[in-house]
Amino acid sequence: MGMPQGAIEIEHLSKEYPYGFLHLKKKKSLEDLTMRVEDGEVFGFLGPNGAGKSTTIKLLMRLIFPTAGTARILGKPIDDVSMHGSIGYLPEQPYFYDYLTAHEVLDYFARFHRLTANDRSARVAAMLKKVGLDTAKKIQLRKYSKGMLQRVGLAQAILHDPRVVVLDEPMSGLDPLGRREVRDIILELKREGRTVLFSTHVLSDAEMLCDRVGVIVGGKLRGIGAPGDLVDMKAQGMEILFELSGSAGSLPLLEKATRTGERYRVQLPETELYSTLDALKSAGARILSVAQIKPTLEEYFMHLVETDRAQASAVEVSGT
Amino acid sequence: MRNIRTVAANTFREAVRDRVLYNLVFFALLMMGAAILVGQISIGIEQDVIVSLGLTAISVIGILIAVFLGVALVSKEMDKRTLYALLAKPVKRWEFLLGKFFGLVMTLTVNTAAMAAGLYLALWTVKHPLLKSDAYILVAVYLILLKLAVIVALALLFSCFTTPFLAILFSAGIYVAGLFAADLRTVKGVDLDSGSLRLMRGISYLLPNFQNFNVMGAVVHGRGVPGVFVWQATLYALVYIAIILTGAAVVFSRRNLK
Repeated sequence: MGMPQGAIEIEHLSKEYPYGFLHLKKKKSLEDLTMRVEDGEVFGFLGPNGAGKSTTIKLLMRLIFPTAGTARILGKPIDDVSMHGSIGYLPEQPYFYDYLTAHEVLDYFARFHRLTANDRSARVAAMLKKVGLDTAKKIQLRKYSKGMLQRVGLAQAILHDPRVVVLDEPMSGLDPLGRREVRDIILELKREGRTVLFSTHVLSDAEMLCDRVGVIVGGKLRGIGAPGDLVDMKAQGMEILFELSGSAGSLPLLEKATRTGERYRVQLPETELYSTLDALKSAGARILSVAQIKPTLEEYFMHLVETDRAQASAVEVSGT
Repeated sequence: MRNIRTVAANTFREAVRDRVLYNLVFFALLMMGAAILVGQISIGIEQDVIVSLGLTAISVIGILIAVFLGVALVSKEMDKRTLYALLAKPVKRWEFLLGKFFGLVMTLTVNTAAMAAGLYLALWTVKHPLLKSDAYILVAVYLILLKLAVIVALALLFSCFTTPFLAILFSAGIYVAGLFAADLRTVKGVDLDSGSLRLMRGISYLLPNFQNFNVMGAVVHGRGVPGVFVWQATLYALVYIAIILTGAAVVFSRRNLK
């Protein structure tokens, strides 16, 4: 028996874009990507802007065509359009027909799936409720905010009960409440046994939701695994937020603090925490919060990007 | 078929909601003005003036809509990325294209029918009752509609591989060239070698011959149009549209969406 079939299987996928006069030069947007997303898992696709996340997703959705390589979703090659009945897709910064209402646009998309009129109408109503657009369903999309369009996008992606859901930056443009709702929806999809692949550059989203993540930088997959394995989550120091009024300017600590009104924020090694707290207490400061400083994905990316650049310049210098 | 119908219905709805049919107000005003003016200044040629003005307006307004909306059909969806979510549904790209084509043809049919009704109304105000021969106007309107469908197909093809601006230029250019397609075939007295003449003749057969849809001269003077002419024009339009749309589908099926 061979390996069990993954929900999404990508093999040596590459994409080059021609550019320049006469399109003679080529820019590599994605290089030899091989990975798989298992059935029923939530997979986060991480990377800075322009890393190749959207390119990969667009290749999977057949919006663009690969220069090399293949991919399969639910065991079917990606150029088999019939497979699209089992997948849902939220494009990055989605935009829909602005002359339609949310209800009309969902009804329009639902018509491409083989649903009866009653089923269609019930699902559209349920989706509008799920994404919190029930009360705005009769307003034309031209009057919608970015966050509301994102919700419409999410609704159309899961409208037809897909087995695999691909979301390109699903949290972008949403307020904290909206982000939480999207997180809840992703977790619900996971509970229902669906496979979710979503791209993001926010580590906290990935940490909270993903079974596994893949990190892509400069068009290349740099790491794949559980979020905790990928980034060393050990605290790198402490951050104290405190209020200090009056003439307490003699504290040497204040020199390295960031001030906003009477509030100060200071970062220090964990070993200095208690002595600093004592000093602040003696000076009459009111401690508002003490938090661990953890490495952000941004820093992790910066590290990867810098490594990437260093390697590129090394190749240039050696002339190979 | 169902997917094509769904896209077509939405395209029609878009055109209506984007107030495309507002051009009818302009047409109505033009016809009313013409009817009033003709009644005052022309004696005995009211019919000629009203019919030729009406048919010309139907044609020009239709061509403008066919070219500009025809080009926008696909380019707007690509530009605004409304196409992304749609193509992730079980919809083939050629189904989307055909849906767009039929949606705009449906819009043009409603628009042209309304303008034809306006033309008859204007005609009725200058002479009543209407005669049996006035029914020939409908034949002219039908042929204009066929011409518009060919233009939509061309605009759609160009918008599949070039920018909207160039697609409009190409569509308009082909339309103008197509008006002279028949002349290119019979060109005489020009100092050209036989190779160039053959090339010119070849190009003339590739171009859509828009004179195949022009019966205005006969209709304005109340003369009939032979049935065989109408059938041939219909067949010509259908074959030409089928070829153009096949080309558009081939190009669009490999197009990378940015």
